[in-house]
Amino acid sequence: MYDFIYHRATSIGDAQSIFKNSEDPVYLAGGMTVLPTMKQRLANPSDVIDLGKIDGLTGVERDGDEIVVRAMTTHAAVAASSEVAAAIPALAALADSVGDPHVRNRGTIGGSIANNDPAADYPAALVGLGGTVVTTSKEVAADDFFTGMFETVLEPGELITAVRFPVPEAAHYMKFPNPASRYALVGVMVVRTGGVVRVAVTGAGPCVFRIAKMEAALSANFRPEVIENIVVAADGLNSDIHAGSDYRAHLVGVMASRAVAACG
Amino acid sequence: MTINVGATVNGKEVSAEVEVRTLLVQYLRDHLGLTGTHVGCDTSQCGACVVHVDGQAIKSCTILAVQCEGANMVTIEGLADGDTLHPMQEAFRDNHGLQCGFCTPGMVMAAVDLVTRYPRPSEELVREQLEGNLCRCTGYHNIVKSVVAGAEAMAS
Repeated sequence: MYDFIYHRATSIGDAQSIFKNSEDPVYLAGGMTVLPTMKQRLANPSDVIDLGKIDGLTGVERDGDEIVVRAMTTHAAVAASSEVAAAIPALAALADSVGDPHVRNRGTIGGSIANNDPAADYPAALVGLGGTVVTTSKEVAADDFFTGMFETVLEPGELITAVRFPVPEAAHYMKFPNPASRYALVGVMVVRTGGVVRVAVTGAGPCVFRIAKMEAALSANFRPEVIENIVVAADGLNSDIHAGSDYRAHLVGVMASRAVAACG
Repeated sequence: MTINVGATVNGKEVSAEVEVRTLLVQYLRDHLGLTGTHVGCDTSQCGACVVHVDGQAIKSCTILAVQCEGANMVTIEGLADGDTLHPMQEAFRDNHGLQCGFCTPGMVMAAVDLVTRYPRPSEELVREQLEGNLCRCTGYHNIVKSVVAGAEAMAS
């Protein structure tokens, strides 16, 4: 790891002001991606701004028809939250499937979403549930937040403060994990609310995406067999040593069917 | 850039002046001389470096020492009570839960954390919860046996 200047931010305003006055800064949340990247010398930030000691950025609460998760809440805390378990058990299960217990004790929802790894789990939850990302300068619908591989609408220095998830009628996240990393080779979040179904896919493509054909078919008839013959095109999907794009395309259909079946 | 990092490790107040890029595992091993915590893969996969920070098991190769300023930490050296091994350590010995022993400190720390969350874990749950700890001797069977026995011992 290259040397850097370390800052322990005391507030969101403090963090943003340090960011503005630094040459090439990076925010440090749970550090589960930033630190490995720095250790491999793939990143060489001039300044590291630690968000870990800022008050008021952790916790989960129910607010009317939504679950609000503050940005620095760890995956372990989301998985263990009784509020989440009662309102959106699929979200608790998704959080509990990230990495391993030790990683879940450090990794945060805000960090995961800001990073937008193509194989991360949370983007599927956010887009599937039709959530909202709350930042220091705006509120963005999940559909508009993720713009490409490791890309989001976040501006330099902007911080996520919370994520809002509407409580659905039924939801299930079905994931085919990479057996070594537990990242999603393919993960599909199926969500049904008021007769409208959303299907969000992570791991398969460069960025989380929805499948309109499956959503239309499932909104008309919420049964796994109605999507059996919907072909997912392999064009543009990820292809690497872990799985080819054809296999990922096939897995999308399998995971989606299983998620629908598990919704009951 | 260097910085002073103070914390409580195994019940003792400690502090050391370190470079800010110092990882917690380097702080423990190189600055405090606590070499029981091992560096295995150094890429947050193998779990040989697991320690407890403020009551939570974490991988000390993937956290900066400076992030642990003021924290209360426990390493493998802090488990035994004098010459009396912790029940989980005893269970690993009784059940031959180690072969080469390199992964053992992380396994034991992960196991103790697991038992605090799941006091009487099933064998299946133990296997699932140990997914962040690798044993290159592949001696998982006896490790799982040890954790289940250690959990029983801790409960009684």
